[in-house]
Amino acid sequence: MAITTAAVATTTSGGIPTTRRRRVEGIYYAFLLPSLLLFTLAITVPAIIGIFFSFTDSIGFGDWRFIGFTNYIAALSDPAIRASYLFTFGFAAVTVVVVNVLAFLLAVGLTSRIRFKTALRTIFVIPMVVSGIIIAFVFNFLFSNTVPALGEALGISWLQTSILANPHLAWIAIVIVTAWQAIPGTLLIYIAGLLSIPGDVYEAADIDGATKFQQLVRITLPLVAGYVVINVILGFKGFLNAYDIIVGLTNGGPGTATRSIAMTIVTGFTSGDYAYQMANATIFFVIAIAISLLQLSLTRGRNAL
Amino acid sequence: MSTEAAGVLEEIEAKGLLEADSRRPSAVRKDRPSWSTTIILILCTATVLVPLYVTISMAFKSQQQAVDGNAFSFPAPFSLEGFTTAWNLTSFPTAFVISVLVSLASVAGTILLASFASFAIARNWDRRPFRWSFYYLLAAMFLPFPVVALPQIQLTGLVGLDNPAGVALLHIMFQLSFSVLLFTAFLRSIPMELEESSRIDGASTWQTFRYMIFPLLAPMSATVGIFAFLASWNDFMMPSLITSNPALQTLPVVQSIFQTQFSNNYNVSFASYLMAMAPAIVVYLFTQRWVMEGVTQGAVKG
Repeated sequence: MAITTAAVATTTSGGIPTTRRRRVEGIYYAFLLPSLLLFTLAITVPAIIGIFFSFTDSIGFGDWRFIGFTNYIAALSDPAIRASYLFTFGFAAVTVVVVNVLAFLLAVGLTSRIRFKTALRTIFVIPMVVSGIIIAFVFNFLFSNTVPALGEALGISWLQTSILANPHLAWIAIVIVTAWQAIPGTLLIYIAGLLSIPGDVYEAADIDGATKFQQLVRITLPLVAGYVVINVILGFKGFLNAYDIIVGLTNGGPGTATRSIAMTIVTGFTSGDYAYQMANATIFFVIAIAISLLQLSLTRGRNAL
Repeated sequence: MSTEAAGVLEEIEAKGLLEADSRRPSAVRKDRPSWSTTIILILCTATVLVPLYVTISMAFKSQQQAVDGNAFSFPAPFSLEGFTTAWNLTSFPTAFVISVLVSLASVAGTILLASFASFAIARNWDRRPFRWSFYYLLAAMFLPFPVVALPQIQLTGLVGLDNPAGVALLHIMFQLSFSVLLFTAFLRSIPMELEESSRIDGASTWQTFRYMIFPLLAPMSATVGIFAFLASWNDFMMPSLITSNPALQTLPVVQSIFQTQFSNNYNVSFASYLMAMAPAIVVYLFTQRWVMEGVTQGAVKG
């Protein structure tokens, strides 16, 4: 690469004249700078400002002073914030299991010898391209009208009240809709994983008399283990950011039973808790980094990926 | 979808889904397709299709029929009442145009900025500033939007970007890491000899990029562009927080603004939902090859 650059520098007449060999052409900086500049202004600077203000008593405007770690100490013992972490992590853990089990089974089905393979795959991927909040509104209607109506028609009493109105069960609705939307992405990755397994492995197992179930558990699962790791971690990370679907289903309710971390942070904007919720956001950031580092250490050097 | 899908792509080995299918030794394992698996899978599609059916059928009902809230009944008579009411009530044309503009700006901005940056990074990988820039841009993958949401709301307000333009800019920035990852991986697979030949013919770096590299990137640009479109078109959180004027909101946010006004006029609300989500589904149906490849192919390992 370097040699080419050097050769170009001496042969091209246009562009920036280069005196030294192996000097980077100026145009490459021009290619890179817009991205770096905008990225820094739009993401890095806000992140630094946010972390800075988390050590102050700012309400988002006007005067402020440093108060050290006061916000952090208060946030860590705040029952509302604790509840949002408990809810979000619990929800993410359950959803990750539901999504991966269902997506894996679907992927096994979709990579086996079946009819209408392409059409079926097309249909199963649709939820990935539908807006989260809109599909949440659709399910909101189904949970609050259709399911209770069905319960009444069938005489099943526990179905007759909307699950969304029940503080103990509303999270299940959020898991269902989130899973509905997250399964396609996970499914496509499992399909890629399953297709990477050479067919002769199964042939050999067939000859040795292994049943289909034994083949699934003893051959397929171990061979896609790397894909499971990826899907679990990326899924979990994504679900921790839950916002759109919850807004459309319960808006954090009933009460604050289903309020996610992201929803709690955002309240800082309207409730004058800017600095306080920035401390919360910083804590959340540290957790996100920790999970990402875990992801890197688990996936590094894996041959399967 | 956006953050998750973007993340998803980063790790997976490049594997053309569609070709891989045909590569699988088929005749050896089982000779004929299994009907039982096919039927189970067809039954499973109900989980996807029923919510979509309910949306479509409710949207085409008359007000009288829709008000009973029966989700499964067929529209009788077919009525466009819901659409006309939703069209006027939510100022659909305005929201639609804003959604289109934000998405297009996001697609164009993402493809241009990411391909420029990736070209510079891939061709100067032996230089520390470029290598570090790569990791710097990738770091956004580890940064969830909620973490920077509050200062971004504050800053966009200060500099007059608390509008769809600001939303488009932020969409591009959050899409950049994933797109740079895809482009750099692809650029490394383009043989250098190709570029050298154009240089020998006297083309400048800009000309080489413009007339040789950028056209070669087209399939990757398609994937990058479609993901940028879907992320931008479907996003709710960012526009709802950044754009301060409700009259300038994108379609998903408009649905939530009018949610209470729809009340029991389910035909109106579902017609409105349908108009907001149909474009993304149509785009997907025509580009599904790139959508599926993007998820899998993405990760020729950064």
